[in-house]
Amino acid sequence: MGESGFSSPRHDAFPAGLRVLVVDDDPTWLKILEKMLKKCSYEVTTCCLAREALNLLRERKDSYDIVISDVNMPDMDGFKLLEHVGLEMDLPVIMMSVDGETSRVMKGVQHGACDYLLKPIRMKELRNIWQHVFRKKIHEVKDIESLEGIEGLQMTRSGSDLVDDGPLLSGEDMNSARKRKDAENKHDDKDLSDPSSTKKARVVWTVDLHQKFVKAVNQIGFDKVGPKKILDLMNVPWLTRENVASHLQKYRLYLSRLQKDSDVKNSFLGMKHSDPPSKDSTASFGIHSSMSMIQDDVSNSTYNFSVNNSLVQNVDLNHEGDKKGITSAPVAEAKGALSLDIPDPRKAQSSQISFDHSLGSVDSGLKFALFNSTNQTQYSWSEISEIQFKQECEPLQLENGFSQLPLPGSQHQVQTEYLQPAASISSGPSITEKEVSSKPLYDEYRSNHVKHLSPTEAVDLFPVPSKNQTLNNQVFNPISATMSSTKNQGISLNDVEFAQRNLNGGVGVPYASLSEDLQFCWLQGDYYAMNIGLQDFECIEYNDPPLIAEIPFLLYDAPRFDHEHLFDPTEYAAIDQGLFA
Amino acid sequence: MDRNHLQHQVTCMRKSLFDQGYLDEQFIQLEELQDDANPNFVQEIVTLFYTDSARLIQNIEQALNSSPIDFSKLDDYMHQFKGSSSSIGAKKVTDECKVFREYCRAENAEGCIRTFQQVKQEYAILRRKLEVYFQMVRQADVAHTA
Repeated sequence: MGESGFSSPRHDAFPAGLRVLVVDDDPTWLKILEKMLKKCSYEVTTCCLAREALNLLRERKDSYDIVISDVNMPDMDGFKLLEHVGLEMDLPVIMMSVDGETSRVMKGVQHGACDYLLKPIRMKELRNIWQHVFRKKIHEVKDIESLEGIEGLQMTRSGSDLVDDGPLLSGEDMNSARKRKDAENKHDDKDLSDPSSTKKARVVWTVDLHQKFVKAVNQIGFDKVGPKKILDLMNVPWLTRENVASHLQKYRLYLSRLQKDSDVKNSFLGMKHSDPPSKDSTASFGIHSSMSMIQDDVSNSTYNFSVNNSLVQNVDLNHEGDKKGITSAPVAEAKGALSLDIPDPRKAQSSQISFDHSLGSVDSGLKFALFNSTNQTQYSWSEISEIQFKQECEPLQLENGFSQLPLPGSQHQVQTEYLQPAASISSGPSITEKEVSSKPLYDEYRSNHVKHLSPTEAVDLFPVPSKNQTLNNQVFNPISATMSSTKNQGISLNDVEFAQRNLNGGVGVPYASLSEDLQFCWLQGDYYAMNIGLQDFECIEYNDPPLIAEIPFLLYDAPRFDHEHLFDPTEYAAIDQGLFA
Repeated sequence: MDRNHLQHQVTCMRKSLFDQGYLDEQFIQLEELQDDANPNFVQEIVTLFYTDSARLIQNIEQALNSSPIDFSKLDDYMHQFKGSSSSIGAKKVTDECKVFREYCRAENAEGCIRTFQQVKQEYAILRRKLEVYFQMVRQADVAHTA
């Protein structure tokens, strides 16, 4: 075997030449697997660090057909890597572990692994991994068809083809129609029987694109959604139904995972936060985890998969013009979680969507939180569907600029909590006034938790760009949501921690990567949002209304808070690159 | 004669390693992977294992000596070690690792320490045996090619 430097479609018979990327921190296993895969006539690349693997994958997106990764790795949890790969690169991923406990295997499957192998691995198991590559290709085609129905087949986007086939497509016809469709959809001549050569240009789901997607989904109604409908609404000429279908699939998976995770997260509440680091809390949340919040209002709310530079720039958390627009980092979360609709008080309806999504864009929220450099604005994301933040609630809160409410506590609670603050705010002097409202809010919190709140607020997932303080746009941090309303004082911190944890952990896979990226770019190398953030929060004192108002600007503005900054405008640029470099 | 004799010795020793449970099927897999492209594959892998496991053993020692003992970290290390030893088919070592992890989960420090001694012992025994084995293999090879 020995194809050397073969990065284009293999010319030999599939599955020979299958391009495999193996990731394992154990050097012994790495060598063994390499040898085994070579014996299967596969083209092998080995990697002992997850981060390195991701870089490799990102650099040359089409260089690999499948990824095999160990579950336990020092620099990144295997499941996170799995999510990242699935979201960003859409490659099949096989997990491996010495541990065959059912719960672990289940977790692997939940995170999207197409198989879970137990070590020691046998040759025959590796010989068959090509089936996952094949299956994925077939299913992608099928998804489109099944979603669209036969009519869909007949009407390709371009509307030209299959019409000839007429409405009655027999199975056979479907195959040919499908093939034809494939040919049209994909841009090369693909023969379904050779999945290895079937490649569609990978669509880069930019924040903007994702936002359109989410918007379309919301408009249609999550339950009635279908790729064709979405595609039509999105009105993006070059996008194929297939692209939308697979994106939708991921989105759904993501949302459902978020929902599950949020349950887990709730249990984390109550974690104490560590001492606030001098770093400003904002830093911690500064991670603009791609505010994927897909706010209707926010232009960038959607997170794009390829956040190349959008992170910082696009994120528009707020409807406000100031929004720096934290583009939801393409953080791996792209998987569908992005549709966080950031509730915007102003736009009640848009916000509604986010809430209605049962999937809970919590993850997205978390991500966003990351970006919030300024912890101050803690946007609690009530996204979680459980939060049921209905529109009515939103306006209340948002107007007050609550978005920050870091309601810790279970999602359900969040809702309530949220409302509460709103209530309090309303009682406050200026609920409507942005600046003012923030103040009462904080005061309110302060009285309740004071310190604690700050962190949560700081958690901000959304950097409220404008002074508007209206956090409204905020993208409520899912984190906060998960954090459950902190009615309790210490909660806020926990929330932050929680959020961070979530962020790190698994809330959004991308998030983790984001934070890591962010680390590089940002701050003094601190890990922001994730670990530090929480601590920083404590520092946030609410007594600083002006600051609070400024929270929105977060991300991109130089940290106004006392904390040292979280971000520096220059850093943002760095972040951009760092994030998705 | 010599060659046959050496070869015979190798075969016998190999068999006993399996019979006595020091090695399991994974070792055979490694042997099967060995080919012209990698004629010393098994030895290379085993050497790699020694290096890596030395590091892991040290980590575990450190974790066991710290106080209070961080059981989850300990479990992590042992998990890695178990994965590593399973890669070459070190059956007895892997089995001891399993016992260790049980104690770890139960947060039984004493049990962990005791079991770890067992782990190290099995590891040392296996290592010695394999060294002898490979030496014989090399000798037989030399004789073979001679």
